[in-house]
Amino acid sequence: MKANHWKETGNSKAEIGRQIALRNRKNKWFKGVIIGATLLATVPLLLILFYIFKQGISALSWDFLVNLPKPVGETGGGVANALVGSILILLVSCIVAIPVGIIIGIYLSEATSSKLAYYCRLAVDVLQGIPSIVIGIIIYEWVVRPMGGFSAFSGSMALALMMLPAIIKSTEETLKLIPRTMKEAALALGVPYYKTMLKVILPTGLSGILTGVILSISRVIGETAPLLFTAFGSPFMTTDISKPMSSLPLIIFNYATSPYEDWHRLAWGASMLLILMILMLNIISKIIQRKWKVQF
Amino acid sequence: MLRLPAKSAAAFLIIQKMIQAVTFKTKGINFREKAFRKTLTLSALVAVILLLAIFITLLLHSLPSIKALGAGFFFNKTWDPVTDDYGALPFLVGTLLTSFLALLISTPFSIAVSIFLGEYYKKGPVAGVFKNIIDLLAGIPSVIYGFWGLFVLVPVVRLLQLKLGIPPYGVGIFTSSIVLAIMILPFSVSLSRQVISMVPDDLKEAAYSLGATRFEVITKVILPYTRSGLFAGLLLALGRALGETMAVTMLIGNTHALPTGIFSPGNTMASVIANEFSEATGTVYTAALIEMGLFLFIVATVINILGKQIIKRFTV
Amino acid sequence: MESPILTVRNFNAFFGENQILKNINLDIAQHQVWAIMGPSGCGKTTFIRCINRMHELIANATASGSMQLNGEEVYDMNPVVLRRKVGMVFQRPNPFPTMSIYDNVIAGYLLNNIKLSKSQKDEIVETSLQRAALWREVSSTLHKKGTFLSGGQQQRLCIARALAMNPEILLLDEATSALDPVSTAKIEELIHELKKEYTILMVTHNMQQAARVSDNTAFFYLGELVEADSTKTIFTNPKHEKTQDYIRGHFG
Repeated sequence: MKANHWKETGNSKAEIGRQIALRNRKNKWFKGVIIGATLLATVPLLLILFYIFKQGISALSWDFLVNLPKPVGETGGGVANALVGSILILLVSCIVAIPVGIIIGIYLSEATSSKLAYYCRLAVDVLQGIPSIVIGIIIYEWVVRPMGGFSAFSGSMALALMMLPAIIKSTEETLKLIPRTMKEAALALGVPYYKTMLKVILPTGLSGILTGVILSISRVIGETAPLLFTAFGSPFMTTDISKPMSSLPLIIFNYATSPYEDWHRLAWGASMLLILMILMLNIISKIIQRKWKVQF
Repeated sequence: MLRLPAKSAAAFLIIQKMIQAVTFKTKGINFREKAFRKTLTLSALVAVILLLAIFITLLLHSLPSIKALGAGFFFNKTWDPVTDDYGALPFLVGTLLTSFLALLISTPFSIAVSIFLGEYYKKGPVAGVFKNIIDLLAGIPSVIYGFWGLFVLVPVVRLLQLKLGIPPYGVGIFTSSIVLAIMILPFSVSLSRQVISMVPDDLKEAAYSLGATRFEVITKVILPYTRSGLFAGLLLALGRALGETMAVTMLIGNTHALPTGIFSPGNTMASVIANEFSEATGTVYTAALIEMGLFLFIVATVINILGKQIIKRFTV
Repeated sequence: MESPILTVRNFNAFFGENQILKNINLDIAQHQVWAIMGPSGCGKTTFIRCINRMHELIANATASGSMQLNGEEVYDMNPVVLRRKVGMVFQRPNPFPTMSIYDNVIAGYLLNNIKLSKSQKDEIVETSLQRAALWREVSSTLHKKGTFLSGGQQQRLCIARALAMNPEILLLDEATSALDPVSTAKIEELIHELKKEYTILMVTHNMQQAARVSDNTAFFYLGELVEADSTKTIFTNPKHEKTQDYIRGHFG
């Protein structure tokens, strides 16, 4: 005797049908909600980019790039000193952060289980999470005070600290992907360990490491907080890294919060410039990732 | 099959022996090997020492304030450089309010986007577009968020406040929280999306084969399974929010008074430091600011480590 | 009678507390092909990796006993110098991905900063590739990266790379197990020719290959060298029961 399961549960066929229809409606509705929420989350990006573009495009001109800011009241002026400052400060931080970061990355990719490696990884993780303003405080005490004043160099040191974790992590991850047999092939040929790492393994991982470096640059190029009391900013054009120096994010902050219309215009132009630079760096890193990828 | 010209083979051998005899650069190899290995170990030590030095510096330079003001520092709501009376309560409240409010606003969206990218649109052009949008959001500098917020969001909030009949500051906790929510979205999404997309297919298929709809699979299988990963994502986003400085500084109103509601202006620890550090005179004043920096450092570190531990346990 | 190129006496190898090789005694004469065989985990790969001291690259790996290459104690030599005298080809072909075929062949010289004139380089590249039976296939594309070759070709490139250093002894660690049958056959043919100039030790778990290619066979079991004799003897008239069992396929 076949039992009628539906009758036993007390639900008629129609009831089941209604339940299933409800569940299907919920399913469709949910997908709609998810899509809607996602679209909504992307609206701010479009708003921001659109607004910066609209305001900034009118400020961009050749004058804008090569002139210094004019005193309050005068129109015109540009952000030349900030642009030069940004690039110079970044250059010095790269000189410090890239070699140190790569070397630590090599260590971590090789020494996976020692105690030092564990604490080193922990230190890198913690460093990555330190608020940028605290980095500013640290460099102030370590560099600005002993130097007796603000300087582009101290700003570079602050940015270097912020770049380190990203460079270290990407180097470690890139090198870990390289199969061990590559190292063994070189060692078996009688190539000493240090040469194997420097002449075989590092070049093989170059694209990944370079990508990591470029991405870390794109992240710190817009940082303001660590520069507030290190590089400090300056209205003059200077290339002396022992003196305070201007920088794009710094002037955006100062001009945006000022009451002068003209300075606002400069700030929009600088914002657009900064975003373009960041976009360009991201595109370059994607190209490197694709074109220079080493097959093994 | 293989026959080498005899002349070539002999010549080859002679060259080989010559090279072997003369150019084995073995002198100094041991030294260079040792130097390389030592440099690597040293660099790792540098990283550890660096971190300890950061902590010790913060601690040392906060001492004058700790000694003068004690633990009451965090419960005192007066911040007066003139009388050297410093209390971080308003800023603590401001920091917590903005961060948690931002988390509250951001979480539903972050989970939605994570489900969108981790389940519905894992691959293909749609996934690519939205992944890039989220990455771009993460790439916009904080100061530009603040700038935009100042000129676009603040007038809107002012209108809202006028409608609600409250003082139309425009700036304040509410405005900063909104911008903060947008800023921390990419961080929680990047982690949450990964954990959602890594749910084993056979778990989902088992549910589907029992007649579950996609909605039910997501809410009853995927989300519970990824609970700890999602939580870690939120934790990391919170850590980011707590330390965020520039956008908040530009939008929070910068007063020393204790905020009375979400529409009042206020201050966060990070924004006070940003505003007042370079002009602070006197050891206690500076030390008080650094003490807040120490607090931020400790909280950010704890959250960061906690989040990473959860991730480790989840992926193992 | 020439003196053996490799003499192993009372040799042991360890990974930490685990003893992988127990009291190995073996003489390898020149210009012979030896097959090193045994079930998984018997220590055959460890054995040849001890010859060029690749074994000690793993943490906690140690060895004791005597191993002499042409009368020189291997464990007293500078490992870097030793490895230039011993050539090794690995299971998975591993040409250097950032170098061209040309540079791959002379990688041992390039990476060690050993200066060679252009004509010397050309000579070595051509001769090594000819000896590895790869010359005709790549002579017109020497500047291309090594990774564009097929698996079998890549492996012959690795053989050429090892041969370019003119090693005293060539170690093949399951060098054909990752290749297709055609490439495997080509390399086995190669080994026949190469033994005129070199001494070859090849680890293999393919008994038919050992029977086809080698002059002598050493059978390892659980870290001990159970039997070492001419291949003919091992396969037709083995003296030990374990050898018999293995040949007949009674285990791994």
